[in-house]
Amino acid sequence: MKPTDTSNPDYFHKVVDCQWGCPAHTDVPAYIRMIAQGRFSDAYMENRKSNVFPGILGRVCDRPCEPACRRGRVEEKPVAICRLKRVAADHRDDIRDRLPRAPDNSNGKKIALIGAGCASLTVANDLRPLGYDVTIFEALDTTGGLMRTNIPQFRLPPKVLDEEIDYILDMGVDLKLNHRIESLKALLDDGFDAVFVGTGAPRGKNLEIPGRYDSDRIHIGIDWLESIAFEHTKSVGKNVLIIGVGNTAMDCCRSSLRLGAENVKVMARKPRGFFKASDWELQDAEEEEVEILVNHSPREFVIEDGKLVGMRFELMEYNVDEKGRIDRGTVTGEKFIPCDDVVLAIGQDNAFPWIERNIGIEFNEWDCPVVDETTMMCTRKGVFFGGDSAFGPKNIIWAVEHGHQAAISIHKHCHDKDIEDRLPMGLNLASQKMGMHEWSFSNDYNPAARRLMPHVDLKQRFKKLNIEVELGFTVEQTIEEVERCLNCDMQTVFTEKLCIECDACVDICPVNCLTITDNGEESELRTRLSAPADNHEQTLYVSAGLPQTSRVMVKDEDLCVHCSLCAERCPTGAWDMQKSTILIPYASDEASDEQPTTAAGGSGA
Amino acid sequence: MTYIAKPRVSHPGLPKNELGLTSRDYEGAVSTLCAGCGHDSVTAAIIQAVFELNVEPHMLAKMSGIGCSSKTPAYFVSQSHGFNSVHGRMPSVTTGANAGNRDLMYIGVSGDGDSLSIGVGQFVHAIRRNLNMCYVIENNGVYGLTKGQFSASADIGSLPKKGMPNQQEPIDPVSTALSLGATYIARSFSGDKEQLVPLLKGALLHSGFSLVDIISPCVTFNDHEGSTKSYAHTREFYHHVVNIDYVHPSEEIKAAYAEGEAMPIHLHGGDTIVLRKVDEGYDPTSRASAFKFLRDRFNAGEITTGLLYVNESREEMHELMHNADTPLSKLKFEDLNPGAAELEKLQRRFR
Repeated sequence: MKPTDTSNPDYFHKVVDCQWGCPAHTDVPAYIRMIAQGRFSDAYMENRKSNVFPGILGRVCDRPCEPACRRGRVEEKPVAICRLKRVAADHRDDIRDRLPRAPDNSNGKKIALIGAGCASLTVANDLRPLGYDVTIFEALDTTGGLMRTNIPQFRLPPKVLDEEIDYILDMGVDLKLNHRIESLKALLDDGFDAVFVGTGAPRGKNLEIPGRYDSDRIHIGIDWLESIAFEHTKSVGKNVLIIGVGNTAMDCCRSSLRLGAENVKVMARKPRGFFKASDWELQDAEEEEVEILVNHSPREFVIEDGKLVGMRFELMEYNVDEKGRIDRGTVTGEKFIPCDDVVLAIGQDNAFPWIERNIGIEFNEWDCPVVDETTMMCTRKGVFFGGDSAFGPKNIIWAVEHGHQAAISIHKHCHDKDIEDRLPMGLNLASQKMGMHEWSFSNDYNPAARRLMPHVDLKQRFKKLNIEVELGFTVEQTIEEVERCLNCDMQTVFTEKLCIECDACVDICPVNCLTITDNGEESELRTRLSAPADNHEQTLYVSAGLPQTSRVMVKDEDLCVHCSLCAERCPTGAWDMQKSTILIPYASDEASDEQPTTAAGGSGA
Repeated sequence: MTYIAKPRVSHPGLPKNELGLTSRDYEGAVSTLCAGCGHDSVTAAIIQAVFELNVEPHMLAKMSGIGCSSKTPAYFVSQSHGFNSVHGRMPSVTTGANAGNRDLMYIGVSGDGDSLSIGVGQFVHAIRRNLNMCYVIENNGVYGLTKGQFSASADIGSLPKKGMPNQQEPIDPVSTALSLGATYIARSFSGDKEQLVPLLKGALLHSGFSLVDIISPCVTFNDHEGSTKSYAHTREFYHHVVNIDYVHPSEEIKAAYAEGEAMPIHLHGGDTIVLRKVDEGYDPTSRASAFKFLRDRFNAGEITTGLLYVNESREEMHELMHNADTPLSKLKFEDLNPGAAELEKLQRRFR
């Protein structure tokens, strides 16, 4: 193999699995260390820089960081990253004077943002401090989009939403509520310099089977959640069936229990392991004694005397091949299940009836606009998309990242610069050695198991619709959980010319990730390492030829626990622990025409 | 030295031996030697060897004297027996232990100071007795614990970090052992585990005295230019003559070893090692030619390594003395001490 090119910021970024896995690339280890030091406000600001809504995301993020977490490979359970984010948010001081501020004078550029959800709000957050005049058009009479209408209050209290949205609105955003945009063409004619569409994926999928329109007790999941949020729906029947087993289904079944349902069943077409819902949302629903029935495919709604009495399902059987793929299944029987209400939670679609098809915006085969994945611009110059409206339903953290990227594009577009010519990511590396055996971070491995989120008592929580179920980590839990973080941003950096091949690092490594051996092709080299290197998604860090024998140092990044022992046992300092800070360009960096050089992260002594 | 303990967490894919243990289960305390010390690599090689040999930790006894080398038994196989004896007296203490319990596997870890100066008398007599043990010398040419004075194994002309070059003739433990009739003699290098681990396995299984002299650089006092026991010097003048492979009793000896270049040697316990000649001109079964070869190579400045001499036909101490097969420690008191009448009978035979 060729020596690893660590000058490419992606190399060390990838080692920080959580940060790499996060669409917005939040510097997770840095903020966890700040929490460990009790610097909650700093941790909050570090989060806010990249993900804008730490309090919201600390409760309801999809957490792509957690399945990526190295701890989950070394042991079973990843660090409770999302819970710790909430700790930072819950314990922060008033941070309003640390927020970016809009300048007194406008730069004269007018931007229209359609929809007051997380994507548009992120664009506003990035552009207001640069002096843009930002107008948000929102169809409903409140902000937050799906965060407010589709996430039940027992998971995301309105106070949390309001605080973080107000941080942005208070920068001086012109918010037009109850202002549905019926025609994009008309808006474009209003003289905005750029338009950003952040209207989400607002259409819940329907289930066209017999009986669908013969009862008013069959609800579309996201619409039903919205009517609960606005208190239009205040009750539900005793027996409720939820069709679908994604995260919306979990919100629907748990909401039902709070509206008076006594018997809630989630009906899944496929077996466990093929559910769309996140594991933790499934667990939370099952803790509330929601029953999940697998292998039931809806066949018809059963209506008697004009009243919904139940549903008939086909019982399914599936074959799963050795690669884990499931077939279409065969029907083995039929079953009737009585119910009073049915909620359909089988997915969402984008819908753009208000975008004219003759204004230069190209639509693809799914009737969605064609959007560039980097610039977020559609085929008409000056019109940008983000969040679920760009590429279909994703999640909040993706919407935030779309917002950041769209803000960069909008800034460049408004200044007649090439929107493709964007600042690259940068990398800072700084040694963390403080003394003979002293590092600037806590390098001792804490074998503690993942802490569990304490919940409000089962009986208590159903009394009202808006009792937040998760209580947040206690001090003791926080202290333990922060130490579970392996500090993967404390990179093991190797300087081959210093190596005397004494094997000290190889011998001390607790997870056998180091080998000194003859070089070879990667597939063959992987078979000759100190321990099996079977995770091909994780890279090998290969040195140039070593001075004494021309062999190479190989590090399998997969399971490194960043304990620093290789660097401590190295007599010549060939190994060093250096903190990598990934420098992520935002619109403000593009505006200053400089590579970002400061990172609120820092090392964290 | 390191302040944090080596984390107990390990690679989930780590291989297990026949006892269901991983190599991590054979570790000891974290080393307090200087970072980069060759001795730590020897420790790692010993761990690997006993792991691969499926040694039950409680059937291993690790013995040592005084010195950097003699600290190392604390760093491997925590669950075994151990004795850290007086300076240079490890061979006697091992003799006593072995006399008492012949069932244990004995590994003595010593250094060039412990074995070739203060303990040289002990060393040579353990060889004479053909004591059944694996005797490891971690040989770095200096007294590390007392800040780097030359030891008895320092080569003529070797430079210290500061001061005058060494003028005295070195004692070569390999030639010494060869002249005294040791039955398994090997030399290796801490920086070459590929060679060292099989040599240690052979030495642990060999019946009788086995010497493994390991060049183990002192990274603090003897790893500079002008030193003949540095990492760089050893690598430059390293000369393999015979490497070995250990063959597990359940494995068949592969036909891949062509006649002449590979030679299986059956050990007493049923194990087999296969010698692989790297230098055609070397015969590890002939004391006379080995002696000449080593001398010639030494004069040419080369460091000859590998399995240098092996002789499975000589009896070890217990066999020479016709001792009971049962370890003395397991005999009943009445059998060990048959009483005054029996003693009287015995003494009468010698009058």
